[in-house]
Amino acid sequence: MSAPHRPSAARRFLSWLRSDLRAAVSLAYLLLLFSLSLLANVVAPHSPIAQSMDMLAPPDAAHWLGTDDLGRDVLSRLIHGAPMTLYASILAVGVGSLIGLPVGIMAGYLGGWVDGLTGRVIDALLSFPSIVLAIAVTGALGIGLTNSMIAVGIVFSPGLARLIRVQTIVVKNDLYVDAARTFGMSPLRIVWRHILPNAIQPFIVQVTLLLAAALLAEASLSFLGLGVQPPQPSWGQMLARSYGYMEISPEQMYAPGLAILFTALAFNALGESLRAVLDPTRRRSD
Amino acid sequence: MTRRQALVIGSRLVQVVPVVILATVVIFGLLQLVPGDPAAVIAGEYATAERIAGIRHMLGLDRPLWEQYAVWLGHAVQGDLSTSLITGQPVLDEVLRRLPNTLLITVLALVLAVLVGVPLGILAATRVDGPVDRVVTTIASLGVAVPNFWLGMILVGFFALGLGWFPTTGAASLTQDPLRALSHAALPALALATGGIAEITRQLRSALIEVLSSQYVRTLHAKGLSQARILWQHGLKNVSLTLLTVIGLVFNRALGATVAIEAVFAIPGTGSLVVASATNKDFPVVQGVVFVLVLIVIGLNLMIDLLYALLDPRVNRR
Repeated sequence: MSAPHRPSAARRFLSWLRSDLRAAVSLAYLLLLFSLSLLANVVAPHSPIAQSMDMLAPPDAAHWLGTDDLGRDVLSRLIHGAPMTLYASILAVGVGSLIGLPVGIMAGYLGGWVDGLTGRVIDALLSFPSIVLAIAVTGALGIGLTNSMIAVGIVFSPGLARLIRVQTIVVKNDLYVDAARTFGMSPLRIVWRHILPNAIQPFIVQVTLLLAAALLAEASLSFLGLGVQPPQPSWGQMLARSYGYMEISPEQMYAPGLAILFTALAFNALGESLRAVLDPTRRRSD
Repeated sequence: MTRRQALVIGSRLVQVVPVVILATVVIFGLLQLVPGDPAAVIAGEYATAERIAGIRHMLGLDRPLWEQYAVWLGHAVQGDLSTSLITGQPVLDEVLRRLPNTLLITVLALVLAVLVGVPLGILAATRVDGPVDRVVTTIASLGVAVPNFWLGMILVGFFALGLGWFPTTGAASLTQDPLRALSHAALPALALATGGIAEITRQLRSALIEVLSSQYVRTLHAKGLSQARILWQHGLKNVSLTLLTVIGLVFNRALGATVAIEAVFAIPGTGSLVVASATNKDFPVVQGVVFVLVLIVIGLNLMIDLLYALLDPRVNRR
């Protein structure tokens, strides 16, 4: 099917990164963050929960970012917060995809009353202010990082379902899918062979952008005390703590806030760049 | 109003009914997410069997599910959103008492977002790929990615604690002391507006770029119309519908994001109420806040839909 001169996937990947510096930097930053998360125990200079008498100390050789109100090393807490953050974002987007993908495909493929009902449910769910709904669901499931991120995932699912539904409808009416149906291909096979591969590109773009949204939601919920529970470190929770002694030590709130900002920026930049690359209208023209 | 417009408005009004009903099902269903016996979870670890039975009866958990829903909905329609498990006060009273504080900062944030976002979007779209456009799109990317409660903390540090221009925390009634209320609301609204500014700028920019590069605008250029006149007479008229849609989205997000903002500024609004009651497992209050907020969003979306029906030339001309 592919054109004779089509470059390999690896080549295309490299040329994409070369053409988009912002995406390359974002990807490098996220890979670094990911390795930091895996190696947090090795890389962090101190334990994230070890307290000392050296409280709210300014940065020095032993504590590069100083210490917090309990004398804990801020840099180590920041590094140990990274796996929490990534776990939270991936869990929320995973739950959202696990619900949104099948529901969207089912509504789009089956059509009729199934589609009508699903569409109304999606409309209703999208009317809820997302963080408020996530807080309500967290309250019901029980407070904690995993439950709050499942809640965020549930809140993400209607948006993803709507996107997949539209993609499914577009592909379903293509001639070759009609042909496959006429030749007696089973619906599950049609979905697997034709619909999923074609719907997956806008889905990947959306998922990348949602990782940023999930990260910000985790920060908000942990800031509000509904996510990560102490003494486990998370960037949102570090911000909540630093706010308590802001008048004495205002510089404590910069590091966790910047960490959240940079990571959200990186996910967004990657998503936008992927959208430009994967956009089918641009692909067909080259 | 044309007959066609009346028909469109009528059908929008009818379409909103199932959305409201499904929203109530979702809110009612929240209690079903509680693992195990909700009454035991609400009563707490050391509750007696009588207390658990009492809560179960008060919430109607001893009845069949559909009956629980029917009773709950029947009460809700009459404005009875049950009572708080902790204070024993009617939920609706508490929500309505706090709602003005929340609405003040969200509406103010929305106004700020429009006032800043619209000019920025126009500025960027009329100078695509130039230095001004790059600066504006960078600001917009930052606005989407910045945690707004963190921005709120920085604003407090700088303008309230540092310069002393604004009060650090709290709120005041807009009707009793408008000036004090606005000075309390200024920083939270500013922090809340960043996401909206970014969203409006981006959407308006791309919508305007699309209109300005279209065939008929090229024709207008060829006819000798000035850039400014094309922009005002054709560009903005076309993107006003985009703006209307974005405003609905931005308001919905602000109502969510205000929760963390209210925590930063210690504002007694609906956001701080929902956090406190979710933490304390005061589910009737959680359900009540969510119910009132979702009705406000659905109401605003309905208004936007109706405006659409009045403004959209495709609806008018036929």
